[in-house]
This record gives sequence, structure tokens and C-alpha cells, in this order.
Amino acid sequence: MDTLAGVILQVDHLRKIFRVGFWGRRVTAVDGLSFEVQRGEVFGFLGPNGAGKTTTIKMLMGLIYPSGGTATLFGRPVGDPAAKAKVGFLPESPYFYDYLTGREFLRFYGHLFGLLGSVLEKRIDELLELVGMTHARDLQLRKFSKGMLQRVGIAQALINDPELVILDEPMSGLDPIGRKEVRDLILRLKESGKTVMFSSHILHDAELLCDRVAMIMKGRLVACGHVSELVAGNTTHEVEVVIDRLLPEALERIKPLAEKIVLQGERVMVVLTSQQDVDQALDVIRSSKAKLVSLTPHKASLEDLFIREAKGTQPVVEARV
Amino acid sequence: MKVLSIALNTFRENLRDKLLYNLLIFALLMIGSSLILMRLTLGEFHRLILDIGLGSINFFGVLIAIFVGIGLVSKEIEKKTIYTIVSKPVARFQFLLGKYLGLSLTLVINTAVMAAGLLAVLSLQDVPVHAVLFKALGMIVLEFMVITAVALLFSTFSSATLSAIFTLAIYVIGHLTPDLKAFGQKMEGGGRTVLEGMYYILPNLDRFNLKGHVTHQLDVPAGDLLLIAAYGLAYTTFLLMLASLIFQRRDFR
Repeated sequence: MDTLAGVILQVDHLRKIFRVGFWGRRVTAVDGLSFEVQRGEVFGFLGPNGAGKTTTIKMLMGLIYPSGGTATLFGRPVGDPAAKAKVGFLPESPYFYDYLTGREFLRFYGHLFGLLGSVLEKRIDELLELVGMTHARDLQLRKFSKGMLQRVGIAQALINDPELVILDEPMSGLDPIGRKEVRDLILRLKESGKTVMFSSHILHDAELLCDRVAMIMKGRLVACGHVSELVAGNTTHEVEVVIDRLLPEALERIKPLAEKIVLQGERVMVVLTSQQDVDQALDVIRSSKAKLVSLTPHKASLEDLFIREAKGTQPVVEARV
Repeated sequence: MKVLSIALNTFRENLRDKLLYNLLIFALLMIGSSLILMRLTLGEFHRLILDIGLGSINFFGVLIAIFVGIGLVSKEIEKKTIYTIVSKPVARFQFLLGKYLGLSLTLVINTAVMAAGLLAVLSLQDVPVHAVLFKALGMIVLEFMVITAVALLFSTFSSATLSAIFTLAIYVIGHLTPDLKAFGQKMEGGGRTVLEGMYYILPNLDRFNLKGHVTHQLDVPAGDLLLIAAYGLAYTTFLLMLASLIFQRRDFR
């Protein structure tokens, strides 16, 4: 069942309505969300703060109950113990039992999966090694730095050797070195055949790591697909051309092609948005004997898409996978 | 197995909590102070030591049961540590039961330490120790278990402060339920129904109080003890089931 088409997590029109305040005002946190995660991929779950990422992940982990829609993990409804046994989870800015030492902490979570004795101890040693925390195994968690907590938290999520690892904002609050370590760890997990889903509002990380991403805003899906498709298919490349000694009549010919023109004394900067426009503009420059200073293509990034979506200028996009 | 791990983890958490040791030291000081108070009293030394001793054990145990008990679940939710537990293949009732048993274990050991202090004081003063003292200690532990279950029930749906207030209220009313019934019988109609209803619903905590028997060296028949124990366990089970039902439906935001 769960190997069907390699889909291991399926979310179908998931919805969550919270009641807040004294009068129980209804607030829709997640609004008809649908997406799926395939076996073996790194899936980025993106959106600005308050978009509903953590709410969605909590529904997947059985911490809160959906108001509507369904979600299945390995073909079973979320919350099913058999499905939970195959999942590892790191909550957002995790808080752990700070009176435990690193080793006691991992042993406790191992017991919750029914792991015991030498098998568990060996697994704990491996995990502490994997996340580079062997030195802190007998230190109480209250003495850990934030980066150390995050790492031991990831070790905790891997104690049951899960097939799917769900990480909620694994890189938030970490310094650049810590972020790189987490990125490397995610890639290592992928290499070892695990499926990773992580949420983030930092798009750069997602671009570096993800095979596919889903982007949500105000609880709704705004884009879902391969990073390359989303970036190429939905945002036009911009080319920035800088020209010296451009004659006024040549400028007049370029104006209709340009998205934006900035004049700085002798120098002109033109922003063009299509290959055809770039070709025509170059013809004009050559024929008018102006001097081409530079030509810089700006590759569209997830960030551009993100900002565009946030401004609400783009309709709902769904790339075919 | 999972319940046991959670219970042992809770026990370990309690052992590393400074509040517990502070209360324990106070309790032992109180029990010890009966040696000094004795010199200011005329006669009835033995009764005084037993009264203060059992009273201290009861009072400090209840404090621990309430103030640790209300934090059992609400602290886990506040600190978000519960996220990592409930996302594992652990049913919510297993989590609750584990937390409950963990604190119960703490209370049993705590009572044992305080009882050892009392026995030391008693042997120092050559006070004869009767079996009824141990029966009374057993009933005190049973009362702790009921109060812990009350604290746990409140902490599944309200904040720590409110839970503390509610539980303290139940503790006080629980010792006054015979009065509720007596008042009720003097009233008519609605008031009577309400008061009698409260008498039957609220825990009758005075049932667990055998201090009078100890100080007057009156033995309690085994049948009576069994009935009280059955009442305590049934009441606790009922509270835990109610707590599970509420906890099962809860969203952890």
C-alpha cells in the first residue's frame, strides 16, 4: 500500500480552524491544503511566519486534530501508531527535558519505540557520532547551546531509524556554521535513502537542498513543484544592461523594450525581461556605436517567487510534476 | 513498557527538582520539632509526637502532590516537550498514566523517608509503635494518589495556577464532605439536592484519615481498610479515565 507510486505522505484538502479569544472567534490557520511527498526526496515546506507551516506539521504528527480534509502517512491515517513508528520528528525551537544528559535523553526516546539494551546503546553512540555530539553525552541538556540542542534534537528524531524525517524549522536560530551543518546532515540523510520534509522561511536553504517544494501563504498552497520548474516557469529572467555614450535617438528606440531605465550622467542602465528584447537592444547599441559596459542576467530565485506571491500579483500556480 | 519509561523519566525529573528536597527538609524539621514542643507540654507526649508527625507527613505530601501534580501535564505542554512524546508511537493515555505513576512513585518514596524520620523520633522517645501507624501511613499514601489524580485532571484542561487553586479547593472540601451532607439534610428542595450531590461526587478524603486511631491506639479492622482502599482506587481510576478522555481531544498549540 505505502509503496504505491512512491507517495509516502499525502495531504488532501487539510483544514484547521482555531477558536481564539473569549468569544471563540474562528481563525482559519490552514485552508484546504493538498500536497504529497514522494519517497526518497527532500521536500521543502515554505512560507512566511504565520503561514500555517507548523500547524500543518502538528496535524501530521497527531498533536492537533484537523477540522477537515485528510492526511495519510504510509497509506495510514495520521496518528496511527504504526505510521508514527516510521517517522522521526523535530519540533520547532525544541525544548527538551533539560535535567537529562545527552545519553539519558536519547535512551528515553529509544524506550518509547520499544528499543532496549545493547541495540539501543549502539544506536545512541552512532547517532551522537552522526550529529557530532559524542563529547556532550554525559552533559545535562540545560548546559547545551542552541546549536547543540538542535543537533541532539535531530538525533532524537532519528532514534527509530525512520523512513520519513519531518523537521520543523531546523535551521532557525542557528549561526551560519550551524546552518551548514544541518544542511549537510539533511543531505546525508537523503544519501542514506531517507525522505526528508522540512519547513523553513529561509528560501536560500530550500533552494540548496530541496528536490521539490510547496509554498504556502495564509494557510493556502500557492505553489508546489520542482524548484527548477517553479523558478523557471513562473518568473521571467531579467537582464540588466549597462551602456555608455548612448545617443538620445537610440535611447528612444530602446525605451519601448525596457522594463526599467535608469540614467546616470553618460551611463544608462536598462532592465530587460525577454531574450527577444535583449537581442533587439543589443542591435540598437551596436548600430548606434554606443559602448556596452556590462550585461548581467539575473536568475530568478525562489525569493522572487516568494515576494511576488506575497504581494498577491500572481495567481495560484501549480507546476506539473 | 512505554508507560514505565515515562513513569521513570517523571520520577527522575522529580528527583532532580529542588522543590522536592525543600519540602522534604521542612517536613523532617517539623517532625523533629515535636521533640522541642514536647518540653513545653504537660503530659500526652506520645500523642503529640504522633499527631505532629503524621500531620506533617500528610501536609507536606499533599503539597508535593498538588504542586508537582499540576505541573505534570501543563509544564510539558508549556515547555513543548510533549510534542516529542505524542509524535512517537505513544498513545495519549499511556503518557498520562506514565506521568501519574511517576509522581506516585515519588510520593511513596517521599512518604517512606518522612516515616523513617518519624520512626526515628519515636524510638528516641521510647514510644511504642503499633501496626495501626503503618496502616495510617498506607492510607495517607492513598490520599496522595487521589489528590495527584485530581491535580492531573485539572491540569489537562486548565493552567497551572488555576489547577492549583481547584485542587486545593477539592482537598479542603474533600475533608469537609460529612459537613456538606449534614448541611444538606437541614435544607429543603434544590439546596439539598446540590449539597447531597456534592457529597457523593467529591472525594471523601476524611475516610483516609486514621490519625485518631493511631493516637488512641485503636486498631482498624482489615475489612474496613480494604473498603477504604477500594474506594480510593476506584475514585483514582475514575479521575484518570476522565483526564484521559479530556486529554485525548486536546489540541497542543
